[in-house]
Amino acid sequence: MSLETNMLTYPRRSRVDRALRGCTIVATAIAIVPLVLIITYVLIVGGAALNWDFFTQTYRPPVPAGIDPLTGLPIEGMEEGDPSQVQARGGVLHGIVGTLMVTLTALLFSLPIGILAGIFLAEYPDTPFNTFIRFCCDVLSGAPSIVIGVVGFTMIVRQTQTYSGIAGSIALIFLMVPTIARTTEEILKLVPNATREAAMAMGAPMWYSTLTVVVPTALTGIVTGALLAFARGAGETAPLLLTIQGNSNLSFNMLAPMAALPILTYKYIESPFPAENQLAWGTAFVLMMLVLGVNLLVRITTARIKR
Amino acid sequence: MARTTIVRVFAMALAVVTLLALVSSPAQAQSWAPRQVEASLKGSGATFPAPLYAAWIDTYKKVVPGVSISYQPVGSGQGIRDFVAYLTDFGGTDAAIAASRVQTEAPDALHIPMVIGAVVPTYNLPGITELRFNPEILAGIYLGAIRNWNDPRIAKANPNVRLPNLAITVVYRSDGSGTTAIWTDYLSKISTDWRNRVGSGTTVRWPVGVGAPGNPGVASTVKNTRGAIGYVEQVFATANRLPLPPVQNASGNFVAASLEATSAAADGVPIPANLVASITNSPNPNAYPIAGFTYILVRQNTYKDVTKAQALTDFLYWNLTEGTGAATRLGYAPLSASLRVRAIQALQSITVDGQRVFDGPAR
Amino acid sequence: MADVKAVPRITASSRWARRTRHGDVLFWLLTLFFALVIIGLVVMVGVVTYNGSVEARAAYGWTFLWGTDWNPVETDLYPVSFGAWPAIRGTLLSSLIALILAAPTGVAIGIFLSELCPLRLRQPLGFLVELLAAIPSVIYGLWGVAVFANWFNDWIANPIANTAGQFVPWLAGPVAVSRGLAITGTILAIMILPTVSAITRDVLQAVPNHQREAMLSLGATRWEVIWGAVVPYARAGIVGGIMLGLGRALGETMAATMLIGNSTRIEESIFLPATTAAALIASELPNSVSLIHESSLIALALALFGITLILNLIARYLVWQTARGPAGEKV
Repeated sequence: MSLETNMLTYPRRSRVDRALRGCTIVATAIAIVPLVLIITYVLIVGGAALNWDFFTQTYRPPVPAGIDPLTGLPIEGMEEGDPSQVQARGGVLHGIVGTLMVTLTALLFSLPIGILAGIFLAEYPDTPFNTFIRFCCDVLSGAPSIVIGVVGFTMIVRQTQTYSGIAGSIALIFLMVPTIARTTEEILKLVPNATREAAMAMGAPMWYSTLTVVVPTALTGIVTGALLAFARGAGETAPLLLTIQGNSNLSFNMLAPMAALPILTYKYIESPFPAENQLAWGTAFVLMMLVLGVNLLVRITTARIKR
Repeated sequence: MARTTIVRVFAMALAVVTLLALVSSPAQAQSWAPRQVEASLKGSGATFPAPLYAAWIDTYKKVVPGVSISYQPVGSGQGIRDFVAYLTDFGGTDAAIAASRVQTEAPDALHIPMVIGAVVPTYNLPGITELRFNPEILAGIYLGAIRNWNDPRIAKANPNVRLPNLAITVVYRSDGSGTTAIWTDYLSKISTDWRNRVGSGTTVRWPVGVGAPGNPGVASTVKNTRGAIGYVEQVFATANRLPLPPVQNASGNFVAASLEATSAAADGVPIPANLVASITNSPNPNAYPIAGFTYILVRQNTYKDVTKAQALTDFLYWNLTEGTGAATRLGYAPLSASLRVRAIQALQSITVDGQRVFDGPAR
Repeated sequence: MADVKAVPRITASSRWARRTRHGDVLFWLLTLFFALVIIGLVVMVGVVTYNGSVEARAAYGWTFLWGTDWNPVETDLYPVSFGAWPAIRGTLLSSLIALILAAPTGVAIGIFLSELCPLRLRQPLGFLVELLAAIPSVIYGLWGVAVFANWFNDWIANPIANTAGQFVPWLAGPVAVSRGLAITGTILAIMILPTVSAITRDVLQAVPNHQREAMLSLGATRWEVIWGAVVPYARAGIVGGIMLGLGRALGETMAATMLIGNSTRIEESIFLPATTAAALIASELPNSVSLIHESSLIALALALFGITLILNLIARYLVWQTARGPAGEKV
């Protein structure tokens, strides 16, 4: 292209360039708007529920109107029996513990499956078998979470005759593995071959170079996949309802029913009393902060590792 | 001399009577108390009574500290499923196990009614809270025959209300539920058109309208949509300050869903031996016409653990007798006295290895 | 006679040792094993849904897929009948709307975050977008009902219905309460945005700089560098991200159940209540009325897997047709 023709078209191209770059900024703004709205709404509606008790206690039943929550005796002068005045109390400590245990266990199993499968898809020659595995990933990621819940219920809960935390973890594996595997594969494919060749030239066997050179290069992308999977797993209600069912008390036993934050959100939303509905929003806020916290932690750690 | 004798006799009689009274009164003042056993009970099921069960469980912990009870609100259907699969010790359900399924899946299931729930057709009309409905209006709206709030049929039942020209948005439950079962059961009774076209059940094919999941879903959809009408359990309407319109019952009276009117729905309806009955459109003139029991499912003779069965029956008995105060304070209608006695008799029929488990009185 | 050195005997074990001494075979077996685990997961889901849908498949066969009647309760006028088309149609349309809205936006956000964003803002903005993924789906549904639906009703649904809706039947109103394909598709779009944009961002960041430098040396504007050199290089990865987002949209349960309106009638307009496969299964499965009802719902899940497969096939074919680029051409 001669300099002259280039210069002639430049103004138009420059305008197009600025316009489309502006579009990307607008797109980002569009994404931020609902985020801010939702978080603000959750804070406003559920904010009143967030107090010290909320984070340190487990489930307590609601207090009817006109009853002193501490003594259980009627309060003088207050009318009893008005359901709109029912007060809620208690907290979600058991939910926090349950969500962390169940989701992190699921992640513990999903990470090796997903990453190693991703390595298989990316590092070895492509065959129809690989395409078939990619299909399987996409089918799994498109499965309605209720169906995954039914699978977990039929295969594990029915067989072991009890709801359990480990059943919930296994159900979440179905949802987490496709994300991790596909993301790992895509990121690994973009690592330039020169990197692999350089490692090979040093005499490293393929497995060594993959694990110590290629994967760390792609670490950020793999971590994104893992965090997306964690966020999805932590926020799902239907599979957990059918596998861990819920527990009103604090429990660290993965072989028995456990509580989890999405289940608590569901339980509080289903309650007729507005005070308990408010707790649901508080629970949702705690869940979001939990996922964000894990996000932050992992990103900081990988940034340290890379340095 | 005769007077002294009379006085002596009288004094002795008094003494004897007092003595008898003193001797017999401990037996009478000796009321039944739950046995102090150690057990762990698991239950799951309906979400409607869940806050009440939670309150009962919390208070019962102080009465019998050795018994730990857990109830998870996962929905009536899942509750039945868990109970039938022996995953739980007791189940909670608003809709009884279908007769066709009882024989094949749970021949040993006993339905114990605990409280009565009322279903109210609440609505959202700005500025209007005094609307009342008769069966014709409700069936017409839900069949799609009445589409606007200023329809003459609604105006006729509400002569003092200025109805706006506003399209009616019908809201129904999208998830199968006992509330839907009660509502469609009522509509089937009062409208042959409904019975022929839609029928009754936990899930039906609705001719018109929009679906929302759960009582809170319907309540919030109605709250956020002008001109909407939807059916919810009464406690949801009261707690969210939605109107509870009076509905014309089978005797022609317009009755609103108060706790007394709801409890009255069970009176006058013949309740069979298994305590499973439909109490909609009750003949009782004081009754609210759209009501139904919420049951706890227990096993009649297949419990293996005697202590568990004892703990469970004591807990249920305590709820039925001492727990009515908590029920009314939270907005649930308790059973009438006669029905309570029958429920306790059902508890008494529970056996383990042929031995009766419950030893309390049926009062 | 020359000293004959002892020749080491070649045994089976020494042959094995030679072959595996670099560990490569073992590594291949290991990764293959985990890839097979994924297939195993799908097989498990397939087996459970296949077994659970036996009655429905026997009763309806393939006609299940295009049946339009979904009636769980037998009445005098209408027999029990289960046809999956309302649910399948709803799933396809709501996911299509979500894709149309989210794919360009997500890719644009990914481009912005990886190519155009000032360095200092990159981490925080990236975080914010990922925070969208942290919001549980039940909250999307609740917020949608409490806040978004009314706004959507007043500012999008009714204006469109009153103008374009007069001519185009699938945009027709009037809309009293916003429940249906349009609003569900919009919320789904918001939900899959973080997936598409985060993966796009990472994939674009991995494109080597020599691509950009080569394009710049030809005199390209910044946008031409991105669109002409960076994005095509990463095309497969971007499509992969969009596929994952599509998968999420197809299977989304909680938010869809609250916003779709749950009506098994087929309406032309996208602003009127409808249903999706995931919403229908989630609504009716826990309290199913009869065995054939439950079986039909599981058959619907099976149908949904088939749809996912077909949609993926179509997408891959389209991408394969439009370009065979550099690295990553196998989608």
